[in-house]
Amino acid sequence: MITLAHLLTLSAILFALSVAGIFLNRKNVLLLLMCIELLLLAANFNFVAFSRYLGQLDGQIFVFFVLTVAAAESAIGLAILVVLFRERRSINVEELNELQG
Amino acid sequence: MLPLILFYIFATILVAAAVAVIVSRNPVYAALSLVLCFVTSAAIWLLIEAEFLAIVLVLVYVGAVMVLFLFVVMMIDINLEELRAGFTRFAWLGWIMAGAIVIEIAGVVLTRKLGIDVTRGAAALPPDYSNTQELGALLYSKYAYPFEIAAMILLVAIVAAIALTLRHRPNLKAQDIGRQVAARASERVRLVKMDSEHRE
Repeated sequence: MITLAHLLTLSAILFALSVAGIFLNRKNVLLLLMCIELLLLAANFNFVAFSRYLGQLDGQIFVFFVLTVAAAESAIGLAILVVLFRERRSINVEELNELQG
Repeated sequence: MLPLILFYIFATILVAAAVAVIVSRNPVYAALSLVLCFVTSAAIWLLIEAEFLAIVLVLVYVGAVMVLFLFVVMMIDINLEELRAGFTRFAWLGWIMAGAIVIEIAGVVLTRKLGIDVTRGAAALPPDYSNTQELGALLYSKYAYPFEIAAMILLVAIVAAIALTLRHRPNLKAQDIGRQVAARASERVRLVKMDSEHRE
């Protein structure tokens, strides 16, 4: 029988891997966006698991909204990425220093 | 017993695909590994009887978002060597962070102070239970306003994405139907009276 601990452990491993991915691919904006998608998936795993094991569907509704917002976020992020590449011919994070932040 | 075996198989594939996403050299391979991640996650969600979200994950993520990612990967021409330089410089920090997060979350899970017993299985659902129907009933009653806001967020995302990537190229030869229809013969032909020139 699949227990809550199984799912939480899997979600923790997935979350840790995606955080490691953000550190590894910190130059490539495209891979950073993919790592963020993976991070949201790990968080959704927790929501679904707790919703199922506590017998409350509200968590799954929340996952629905997270999916919506994540889809909107990746669409806008990719649009910004395309504009950025058109402007600079590169998607290297280290070259994005125009705002001097 | 069978669900647990299936869970372990899918979890192994999921973790392997996640590793492939973060270490693969080619963004196309990373995107395809991410597709595999989403499909195996959907399978695991099916195993714990969250059918609606599993199907939504496949339709929305694999069907739309990852196709968008692949389009962008193929549209832009990136210099991989430059982006991969220094890949291992901060790798140790990344792995330390990953280890710390695993230890923290495992600590929280293993102390079993969540108020619930994490080692038990989920309560069995009645045979005529429909996950989609229950979610729909909740979504259109208790969460009706958040649902509307989600729709607005998607609309804003559409408008923003189109407005960001739309570009007006100068010197583009295109038909302007309105001007074509509104044209009059008097505007097009101009008769000029001038004296003939004399060659020296």
